[in-house]
Amino acid sequence: MDLSDSPEDAEFRARLREWLAKALPALPPKPSPDDWPGRRAYDLGWQRTLYEAGYADVHWEASPGVRLIFLEETEKAGAPYVGAGFVGLLHAGPTIAAEGTAEQRARWLPPVLRGEEVWCQGFSEPDAGSDLAALRTRARRDGDDYVVSGSKIWTSHAEVADWCELLVRTDPRAPKHRGITWLAMPMDAPGVTVRPLRTLAGSAEFAEVFLDEVRVPVANRVGAENDGWRVTMVTLSFERGTAFVGEVVACRRVLGELAVRARRDGRWDDPVLRRRLGRLNAEFRALWRLTQWNVSEAEAARGGVPGVGGSVFKLRYSQARQELYDTAAEVLGDAALDLDRPWVRDRLSSLSYTIAAGTSQIQRDIVAERILGLPKGR
Amino acid sequence: MRFRPTDDQRALRDGVRALLARRFDREALRAAVDRPGRLDRALWRELGAAGFFALRLPEADGGVGLGLPEAVLAFEEAGRALLPGPLLATHLAAGRVPGAAEGETVVAAVDGGGLVEWLAQADVVSGDADGAVPLNSVDPLTPLHTVPARGAADPTAVLLTAAEQLGTATRACELAVQHARAREQFGRPIGAFQAVKHLCADLLVRVETARAAVYAAAVTADPADIAAARLLADEAAVRGARDCLQVHGGMGFTWEADVHLLLKRAWVRTRRAGGGTESEELLARDLLSGTGGQRSCLR
Repeated sequence: MDLSDSPEDAEFRARLREWLAKALPALPPKPSPDDWPGRRAYDLGWQRTLYEAGYADVHWEASPGVRLIFLEETEKAGAPYVGAGFVGLLHAGPTIAAEGTAEQRARWLPPVLRGEEVWCQGFSEPDAGSDLAALRTRARRDGDDYVVSGSKIWTSHAEVADWCELLVRTDPRAPKHRGITWLAMPMDAPGVTVRPLRTLAGSAEFAEVFLDEVRVPVANRVGAENDGWRVTMVTLSFERGTAFVGEVVACRRVLGELAVRARRDGRWDDPVLRRRLGRLNAEFRALWRLTQWNVSEAEAARGGVPGVGGSVFKLRYSQARQELYDTAAEVLGDAALDLDRPWVRDRLSSLSYTIAAGTSQIQRDIVAERILGLPKGR
Repeated sequence: MRFRPTDDQRALRDGVRALLARRFDREALRAAVDRPGRLDRALWRELGAAGFFALRLPEADGGVGLGLPEAVLAFEEAGRALLPGPLLATHLAAGRVPGAAEGETVVAAVDGGGLVEWLAQADVVSGDADGAVPLNSVDPLTPLHTVPARGAADPTAVLLTAAEQLGTATRACELAVQHARAREQFGRPIGAFQAVKHLCADLLVRVETARAAVYAAAVTADPADIAAARLLADEAAVRGARDCLQVHGGMGFTWEADVHLLLKRAWVRTRRAGGGTESEELLARDLLSGTGGQRSCLR
């Protein structure tokens, strides 16, 4: 057991730190959360900066250990997160890299790396959430096109995306996992309507996407017709294990700030609050170690399918994050009801963590069936 | 970073597991329950010969010369097998008390929390056991005395206790899953029902989170990491045994099933110094030390 960097990893970390120290002061000011075009420009600008410095493909080419260092150091330095680049860099991109033709890879991958194009994800539907394979958006062949009709939901960055990785049903008679196809749909195609959805935090973080007879060239299909479920699953867990590295680092910083705040406000003498903070320290230390553990396992299984350790992590982390911001509210007192105070909006958005990207209930099914080998069933 | 145990470390763990499977299987466990308070001296000497007590003693002093990570793996196996006896006290006495390293001398110790395990069977007692009063111990495999003396927690003891708890939590998870697969109701294994399945999933999540914390603390030996490991391992063992009991239904409430032995041992260990409030307070102070969140991230 060893938690130290290898000489190569230590060198990567040192060079990255040095570069971040120079690159970050040159960043433009952060756009407001409601300014979507501004956010797109900011996130793509950062990706372009990474590209020019040779870090653009760290998510694709580097080992899990190097990605861990990259995510840890960029968060600690206060660098932007992938933001609008998320789907392109962490899902659609890896899917195209693994399953696309040479032509498709050449068309779609370089603009993602260079920070020129944004992708969004059209998977979930109003009637296909946890049961994703029940999706009903239809695509029928018409010459060299598919004609697509239906609706998608929870699509982040839809307003500013150039492309959508879209799952459609091409064979309604096949068993539900076997009639699905993966398409790259241009978001400016006629018949695409985006309606922003307001979250309980008041912001429009994602959208509904309505598709009315949208024509998508057959050439935009990745993988075979009706093989879209497998194509998607190849990389659905691509970012697993390292998806929340930056967030765990950030949570630990927030926890330190909470303690300082509690002491400043005279709350440190409250043993209940103090011990709650102490327990959260244990929790986030452990989550950091669990991340390192999962990365270490992924390194050992290089080339293999990522483990289900990500589900274990996500179950524990989503709960810990909610507990962190509930404790923040305890520290804030009445100010926890004021949206203009720090941590209050974070508390609201923490509520999505036990739901998004697989609810905690679905994660428990995964852990029980795939790790513990319990029989399938509801 | 190579966090997983090395081949040598895995071999050591497998060796301890094999020794305990041979010398302390379920039958031996139940036999020990039937004659409470008696320690198997022959097994104690075998543990000594295998290097269990001398594991961290330098080779120059006749020890095995290994470190905390190896000791953690060995204690995890002991916890998994519910091996009885003052393992921790004897391990910590190796090199100080003649015969402890070899398993010839059984050493009990006054824990900082004011309890002594296995006092009557010990050849030597570390610490001030004056005024010891016997308890009618809830755990049939751990005779207990209380003493007025109180002391500070020794971080190594806190960590190795966490390792034992981790092993017991692992066993609880294994037993729960085994039962959930085998037991049928409504014409199906009960593990097919989400209400039961999710209890089992939560058992594993607690075990794996605690494992990462315990192994990391063995590498860093950082007091805050050790405190975190202890809190999570205590939780994984106690709640794990509780959930395991629940999965077992009526059988879980019987003397005959092993589940209660897991829970009772886990309860005993939570009372050792360094658990609960003590660790929470240490970790709270750590947040204000200015290094809490960040320093150990660099490792």
